[in-house]
Amino acid sequence: MAAPALLLFGLFGLVPLVGVVVLSLARWDGLGSVGWAGVANWSAVLTDGATWQALWLTVKVMVISWLVQTPVALALGIFQAPRGRLRALFAVLFFLPLLLSAVAIGLTWQALLDPSFGIGATPGLHWLAKPLLGSPDLALYTVIFVIAWQFVPFHALLYQAGIRQIPTVLYEAAALDGAGPATRFRRITLPQLKYTMVTSSTLMLVGSLTYFDLIFVLSGGTGGPGTATRVLPLSMYITGFQAHDMGRASAVAALLVVFGLGLSLLTTRLSGFTRMDSQQEGM
Amino acid sequence: MSTTVTKTRDPRTGNDREGGAERPVAAPRPGSLRRIMAVGVLWRALTGSATLFWAAVVVIPVYWLVITSLRSRADFTADSPLALPGHPTFDNYRTVLAGDFTTYLLNSVIVTAATAVVAVVVALMASFAIVRNAGSRLSRVSFRLYLLGLAIPLQAVIIPVYLLIIRMHLYDSLLAIVLPSAAFALPITVMILVSFLRDVPRSLFEAMIVDGAGDWRMLVSLAAPLARPALMTVAVYDGLQVWNGFLFPLILTQSGDKAVLPLALTLYRGQFGIDVPATMAAVVLSTLPMLALFILARRQLVAGLTAGFSK
Repeated sequence: MAAPALLLFGLFGLVPLVGVVVLSLARWDGLGSVGWAGVANWSAVLTDGATWQALWLTVKVMVISWLVQTPVALALGIFQAPRGRLRALFAVLFFLPLLLSAVAIGLTWQALLDPSFGIGATPGLHWLAKPLLGSPDLALYTVIFVIAWQFVPFHALLYQAGIRQIPTVLYEAAALDGAGPATRFRRITLPQLKYTMVTSSTLMLVGSLTYFDLIFVLSGGTGGPGTATRVLPLSMYITGFQAHDMGRASAVAALLVVFGLGLSLLTTRLSGFTRMDSQQEGM
Repeated sequence: MSTTVTKTRDPRTGNDREGGAERPVAAPRPGSLRRIMAVGVLWRALTGSATLFWAAVVVIPVYWLVITSLRSRADFTADSPLALPGHPTFDNYRTVLAGDFTTYLLNSVIVTAATAVVAVVVALMASFAIVRNAGSRLSRVSFRLYLLGLAIPLQAVIIPVYLLIIRMHLYDSLLAIVLPSAAFALPITVMILVSFLRDVPRSLFEAMIVDGAGDWRMLVSLAAPLARPALMTVAVYDGLQVWNGFLFPLILTQSGDKAVLPLALTLYRGQFGIDVPATMAAVVLSTLPMLALFILARRQLVAGLTAGFSK
């Protein structure tokens, strides 16, 4: 009974995991036959400044995204938690980005931020009429903002669900003791949300390794301008599928695997996910 | 405010307050009252203004997307971006629909449905086996493997997957998207179904065994019906991932007649070039099925979106 799933997951999940290490030691242009390269790809990748720049950009996107998305998602979650008609309306509005695919979001923002015909042409919004996606200094931050636009609603949903689960009695007790909103937030809401915060942060951190679709579309498949938004996944794609050097691309991909596994281990260690109690909500 | 404990009505919504950071506030000890009220107002202003700000950030691009898709090309360069279109027109939609849009839509529907069905059916069988043989080493090891799978970024294994698909002679077919997509949906799907099936009382299984039921019988008549809400949720979640997926179609298909919607959008951009309103019409059209799902089955969609990450 477990066989079909193991076969499918083994063939397309586990075999490629080993395969990426094997291919990182191979010479392959993506079309012809696969040859042997030894450690040439690795020495090339590890001594290439572009690899380290891509790694640095990936870390930068990860950290800044977390810093931007977490407070906004938490504030929206808190606001949406009490039930009410006005809040329900807001909830629907906040839901909109979740209905769009990453490609749709990328195309929309690309056109919206066009310096000549985009939103910057509105009277009063001329300060937006800059090449936000076209300048090497601003492109990465613009991308981080659009990523936040895409993912904040999802994390707000998580926080809203988490807040709704906090037992009311805690707040009533605190109110009796004369605790104000700020104290109640610090002493009840935040500690009670620990688990939600770990879940949301894990998804954000591990997810940030997979920000590919949006950056691909926003930069027209280049990770540009120049290499300003060329994070690891894009670097892998460009090396393998545009420059036809699958060996080197596999070495970059292997770095991604190590990165992803390391992050997951770290976050699950910190949160005790692996206990998998059925009482505990979550993954 | 009196000094007795009373449940207050929420002044903004008229509902009794429930849930969230603001709770019925019993009268605090006299003296600290004024300070607490001030902090409360400030607190509400803070979360409220963050909410308003983000609402604007969310709504303006969506509004712009819709009105731009209704502009003629001439109006697009002449009108102010956020003004209503001077001469609203559906020409852009006609342009998109006159082409291959229905082919792309059909491809997306086929790939999404096939992946969701394969992933959910196969994962249900696996989860049942894992829960029923919870003591065995094999069950534990395979569960660990799926856990590991959660941490593998798609991009990290796309090159070997590409090689596999070529060697299996599946390149440039819809099946080339379905199989890897279903495989990568398995970890989270198994995870959620296992945690659901674990809570099914053992006595139910034992009663069926006494009646002479085999594993398949238990799966079909007991586990599947009981797990129906969970099955719906994971089906929606897996479906959403595939519906919006871009990487597998980009790498594993090539011909226009095999393109799914997200890939087709990039084709439209190439084809329409500076005709932004036409591209925006394509974006709106590609989003309509999701919008319909949202209107018809909002609860299931929200549950599916946060599948397993919050109960």
